[in-house]
Amino acid sequence: MNENDYNFAFLDEGSKREIRRAIIKAITIPGCQIPFGSRELPIGRGWGTGGLQITLSIIGPDDILKVIDQGNDDSVNAISIKKFVSRCTGVEQTTDTQKATIIQSRHRIPEEKLGENHVLVLQVPNPEPLRSVERSVLKARQMHGDTEYSAAWLLLYEQIVRYGKITMGAGYPVLVDGRYVMAPSPIPRYDTLGLDDADCLYLFGAGREKMIYAVPPHTSVVPLDFDDFPFELENVEERVCRICGAENVYFDEIFDSETGERHYQCSDSGFCAKNAAAKQI
Amino acid sequence: MDQIMKVNELSVVYGKGCDYCRDSNNPLEKNRCPHCMAVCAVRDISLELYDSEILGVVGESGSGKTTLMKALYFDIIPTKGSAYLAAYNNGETDIFSVSSQQQRAIRNNLLGMVYQNPVMGLLMNYSSGGNVAQKLIAAGHRNVAAMQERTAQLLDHMEIPLNRVKEPPRNFSGGMQQRVQISKAIANNPPVLLLDEVTTGLDLSVQAKVLDLIRMVQKQLNISVIVVSHDLAVIRMLSDRTVVMLDGQIVEHGFTDQILEDPQHWFTQTLVHSLI
Repeated sequence: MNENDYNFAFLDEGSKREIRRAIIKAITIPGCQIPFGSRELPIGRGWGTGGLQITLSIIGPDDILKVIDQGNDDSVNAISIKKFVSRCTGVEQTTDTQKATIIQSRHRIPEEKLGENHVLVLQVPNPEPLRSVERSVLKARQMHGDTEYSAAWLLLYEQIVRYGKITMGAGYPVLVDGRYVMAPSPIPRYDTLGLDDADCLYLFGAGREKMIYAVPPHTSVVPLDFDDFPFELENVEERVCRICGAENVYFDEIFDSETGERHYQCSDSGFCAKNAAAKQI
Repeated sequence: MDQIMKVNELSVVYGKGCDYCRDSNNPLEKNRCPHCMAVCAVRDISLELYDSEILGVVGESGSGKTTLMKALYFDIIPTKGSAYLAAYNNGETDIFSVSSQQQRAIRNNLLGMVYQNPVMGLLMNYSSGGNVAQKLIAAGHRNVAAMQERTAQLLDHMEIPLNRVKEPPRNFSGGMQQRVQISKAIANNPPVLLLDEVTTGLDLSVQAKVLDLIRMVQKQLNISVIVVSHDLAVIRMLSDRTVVMLDGQIVEHGFTDQILEDPQHWFTQTLVHSLI
């Protein structure tokens, strides 16, 4: 079958229009979850369909696409999504953050600073920060409406009482624009502060949960915390990337079971490759 | 005495309701409208609550006691009526007319509620301390050490052993769960406390203890309490004034002694005489 039998960017124009409408609404109400009709795609729900539908809806022939999976440009999921989008749009692919215009990401914000020309599309498994406390979707929405966020703080309080510190490693709840508490998809705590007052647009898509939300450029994003337990980043001191020698970035830990050694390397593979190449010159 | 809360002609109708049952002078079949079959759970109830008094609400099951409490705590949207709290805008604003966000703030800061069923009022899988702290967080507290101290103090006050503060309420007996709920309800010294059948289902010794604790807390904090019960013994022990409800309406009100010693309405007479 000819690939050209598909519409540009796979989805039909009506679907794209509906998703774009949801995106526009999400941008106008930062951090608020906007429902949308999640479409069937050639990949299963829960494999990044939320992010993919956003990408397919906003992409144009002149865009340059980068897809990362936990920081990697070359993991199976990242490559499959990249190939799929290029096949049905013909857009150029890249691993270079600066060159890309749309970056679809699963759970990382690239190390390189994103600018006004970037849109970062995040895949979200669970968009509801209150889900673990309130199972009813209706009641959770009422709680958002009433700014009743004591439950979100309670989650952190319980961790402090039980373990003496906030143990949430990824998906740290944040207050967006002083109004909505948002689950920033499971990005590591390290990336949370990157959302605040950014130059780029962040779009979040949850395909299984059928929600889209956004953090527009230059929006205040503040992690929830307590007076005596302020928000803390992961400690990355005294760690050096074994490939490019970078410091103060987010690392993957690699354990060698034969020698028992622990190595660190940049989680962001595009950044790492660029950095290593620059050093060789 | 200062008025703390005033409720005017509050009605809660389950169902559509019609012109017939909207007029509270028209008789119903029990509390069901013979025309539209709507259930008028609460029908034109007006009451006042004064400074540091305990007001008892007594009535048979199905008389609308719990519906009344839930409406006052914003769990149910009343069909009509108004209510004023002295602590909210000097009692000049009808609390049912304000936004849901405002109502949530009133709930978090000015009211405390203890439900008959602890599942309604507690998060069963979170620590007991956390449950109490949630009320403090909701009222704007953001200091963990201070909140931990306050929750420990409250739970200790309610005779929950301190080494069990980190346990979730699902590990506790019914009486203990009720005491955790009371701690939560009074956590930020609300001027009004609503108690809905707090001792129902507890055995007599535990009942006595919970009632003692309520009375003690009420005296110490000088809060005004509305206590709902179908048990006249509870009402006799706790309340200064009592209203008697039947089929969603108040049929008699007065001092508790008066009502128990010299009941006027036939229903109150039956209630008092059926005391075993």
